[in-house]
Amino acid sequence: MAFDAQAERNFKVVGTRVTRPDGIDKVTGKAAYGADVSAPGMLHGRILRSPHAHARIVSIDTSAAKALTGVKAVVTGTDLAQPEDEAFADVAINCLARDKVLYDGHAVAAVAATSKAIAKQAIRLIKVNYEKLPHVTDVDEAMKPDAPVVQEGRALETVPAGMSQNVTTHCQFGHGDLEAGFAKADKIIERSFKTAATHQGYIEPQACMASLGSDGRGEVWCCTQGQYMVRANCAAALGVEESQLRITASEIGGGFGGKTSTFIEPVALALSRKAGKPVKIVMTRDEVLKATGPTISTSMDIKIGMTKDGRITAARGELRYSGGAYPNATVDMGAQAAFAAYDLEAVETVGWNAMTNRPKEIPYRAPGAPTAIYAVESVVDELCQELGLDPLDVRLMNAARKGTRSSYGPTFNEIGLVATLEAAKAHPHYTAPLGPNQGRGLSCGFWFNFGGNTCVSLNINDDGTIGVVEGNPDIGGSRASISMMAAEELGVPYDKVRTVIADTSSLGFNDITDGSRVTFAVGLATIEAARAAIKEMCRRVAKIWDIDEEAVIWEDGCAKPAGPNAGTHPPMTLAEIAAIAGKTGGPIAGHHEVNADGAGVSFGVHLCDTEVDRETGAVKILRYTVFQDAGKAVHPDYVEGQMQGGAVQGIGWALNEEYIYGEDGRLQNAGFLDYRVPVASDLPPIETVILEIPNPGHPYGVRGVGETPIVPPLAAVSNAVSRAAGVRMTELPMSPPRLLKAMTG
Amino acid sequence: MKTIPVETTINGDSAEFLCHADESLLDVLRDRLGLTGAKEGCGTGDCGACSVMLNGRVVCSCLVLGVEAQGAEVETIEGMANGEELHPLQRIFLEEAALQCGVCTPGILVAAKALLEKNPDPTDTELRYWLAGNLCRCTGYDKIIKAVQTAAAEMRSA
Ligand code: FES
Ligand code: FES
Repeated sequence: MAFDAQAERNFKVVGTRVTRPDGIDKVTGKAAYGADVSAPGMLHGRILRSPHAHARIVSIDTSAAKALTGVKAVVTGTDLAQPEDEAFADVAINCLARDKVLYDGHAVAAVAATSKAIAKQAIRLIKVNYEKLPHVTDVDEAMKPDAPVVQEGRALETVPAGMSQNVTTHCQFGHGDLEAGFAKADKIIERSFKTAATHQGYIEPQACMASLGSDGRGEVWCCTQGQYMVRANCAAALGVEESQLRITASEIGGGFGGKTSTFIEPVALALSRKAGKPVKIVMTRDEVLKATGPTISTSMDIKIGMTKDGRITAARGELRYSGGAYPNATVDMGAQAAFAAYDLEAVETVGWNAMTNRPKEIPYRAPGAPTAIYAVESVVDELCQELGLDPLDVRLMNAARKGTRSSYGPTFNEIGLVATLEAAKAHPHYTAPLGPNQGRGLSCGFWFNFGGNTCVSLNINDDGTIGVVEGNPDIGGSRASISMMAAEELGVPYDKVRTVIADTSSLGFNDITDGSRVTFAVGLATIEAARAAIKEMCRRVAKIWDIDEEAVIWEDGCAKPAGPNAGTHPPMTLAEIAAIAGKTGGPIAGHHEVNADGAGVSFGVHLCDTEVDRETGAVKILRYTVFQDAGKAVHPDYVEGQMQGGAVQGIGWALNEEYIYGEDGRLQNAGFLDYRVPVASDLPPIETVILEIPNPGHPYGVRGVGETPIVPPLAAVSNAVSRAAGVRMTELPMSPPRLLKAMTG
Repeated sequence: MKTIPVETTINGDSAEFLCHADESLLDVLRDRLGLTGAKEGCGTGDCGACSVMLNGRVVCSCLVLGVEAQGAEVETIEGMANGEELHPLQRIFLEEAALQCGVCTPGILVAAKALLEKNPDPTDTELRYWLAGNLCRCTGYDKIIKAVQTAAAEMRSA
């Protein structure tokens, strides 16, 4: 849908800072999240997990658990269906292993009992006989031809023959003559990087309550980024029809991509089917870290050539990602995003995915992009340092702009990179003085932004209020922004609109809340649904006035006669039209169904000042500023919130967060004490500068904003630390021991 | 296992419950008393989502036993507003968008209120260290710190 020419208009609601509709419940403790509901007769489910990184399941003896008083059902992998579709099969096998366990924490069996304590006791009584297999947890090791094979026969046909069976994906993007490009360079830097896997770290562990009858009818309440995705995964895993499952999304306590898959719902349904009672499963934090999330771990080589005045002549990247024990395509997005900020004559990115004995990778905010862009932006920074060039000027000189053929193929439309860089350059932060052991780093960031399948239904209530029904869990205030767009379009006050999230039986299919798609795509569908309702209201009024439908226009929440009829009738307000809807043809509603495209890519630039402690290797973030093109910022507070939250997650990735595996292939830090996410005292204020370059693909010019801000921090922090420490860092996280080692040689 | 009777005061009202000796106060509040405002983010004292007041001190209720509430005064997020009237912290958290998903919010509000009762005029640094035990993964803390400071200023001038 095209950007409205009239969108230059003065918005009345969009762009203001209204109070969110779910707010009171959330500050008073009333909001119901995944673990907050119970049902009469409910049982408590608990899952037994593998203590081994890789092992064959020889046998499972559940008899002692079943015999325990209070245990009502026990399930193992054979209680789930074996879906033909590979993606569904992977989800089912990940929910309950069948023949092999693929990582430390892989689920093998589950029980439902009358109390949490009994359920806990019961899983200890399950005897699993394992035959341990050799394991591999490092991506480079996993790609060696003689590496232990995690799963056989999973490589796509794009993978050349003769490689380890762990290699499942191979992709390649780019254009131009690399050799000629590198020949033109005055300086070429080639470096290798490694980044650890991190976890989304949402504070609310996965939780669900599920009920399934022997007739195949079921209900699930769960915290998820996509109730329709849960429905599809559960239907496939249980062998029931989608229409028979009704999934309701609870309030969601964070996701960041981590709740775009299914881990416990099929297990709870299987237990419920056996026990004939509702079953609630709430994951522990230890389970969350061991068996959900994490992101990819990587190993990357980047080579960039530059002239002495700063023009990049050629760039090449080779990315090796591991998405854990299953195939995945995250490396495709990394390879496409790596050089997106640059206008390049010659560029190539090659990507590989290799399986390892780690949990199944689940998207984390801009999946694939932060690591690739970290490596690229580190080399660009080092070139600037070596050539004595200003890193912002160099980025401006090479920046992608409208008409640039991107490194991954498409030609960019209206994009905000240059404006964002210029804003950073003009900001006082960029020229503020630095002290000893301090350094300033910067990085560009990029995300594609998604559109996708979306349904919205908008009802004009008889009292002149508005109900919007949409199908995407509200993860950070989207009900507010959707209500705002409906109010804007209809010309009614914001508080006349109430937006609710439908369960899967109440509205057509919606893609998951991901890729920064909701404010864009659901917003777009809401505007279209409002326009459909307006059209109907104008038609009704035309009938009343007995004039042509086209002679009625909608303005400021009223139908007005226009053209030759202007002034012939007093305007009719939405409330007046709604009140008599029964007499003019029945209830008035609008709806819109779309597979939205035109999401409009988003760029950001982050500036970071750090100070390194030469004795301990600790890094302090002194100042941090986020610049981002948000398109039209519907609710600026929540746009800033996305920018700040993403930046801090990226800071955690850069400095502390990592999955640490022992020689035995077991995860050594499955808790918030040892998997350390940033806390308030680690951080300075996060300053924000929003740029609003309208997205041509949305009627109000809206772009997604949620993913881009996690992309630049990795390199912004690393570049700042490298400059402060006087040594180029090439591995994340830059935890104190690692930095100390780098500084002391 | 036998249950133990406990008499306590929750948000100013007397309450009685039965619980097992090894049951956490958090489980009692959530599962036995229906007070689900305190959340379990970790169960190990590392996230602060379960923060409540016990005899005037902020505690991680996941690390306190239900039986320790015997004879004590417990305050939870459910007791923070006065009927319809939100506590200034609650109102300003909303006005200044200091929450995104909101799952950390009850714990942070309880902890922030406790600080302001002790120290009505904290510096940003004091506030950041006080809240260091309350993880928020969504906001980057910036708007939380600002909102608490706005509320502190308003409460001082009240
Ligand atoms: S649940 Fe108590 S501190 Fe995390
Ligand atoms: S608002 Fe989501 S964890 Fe704080």
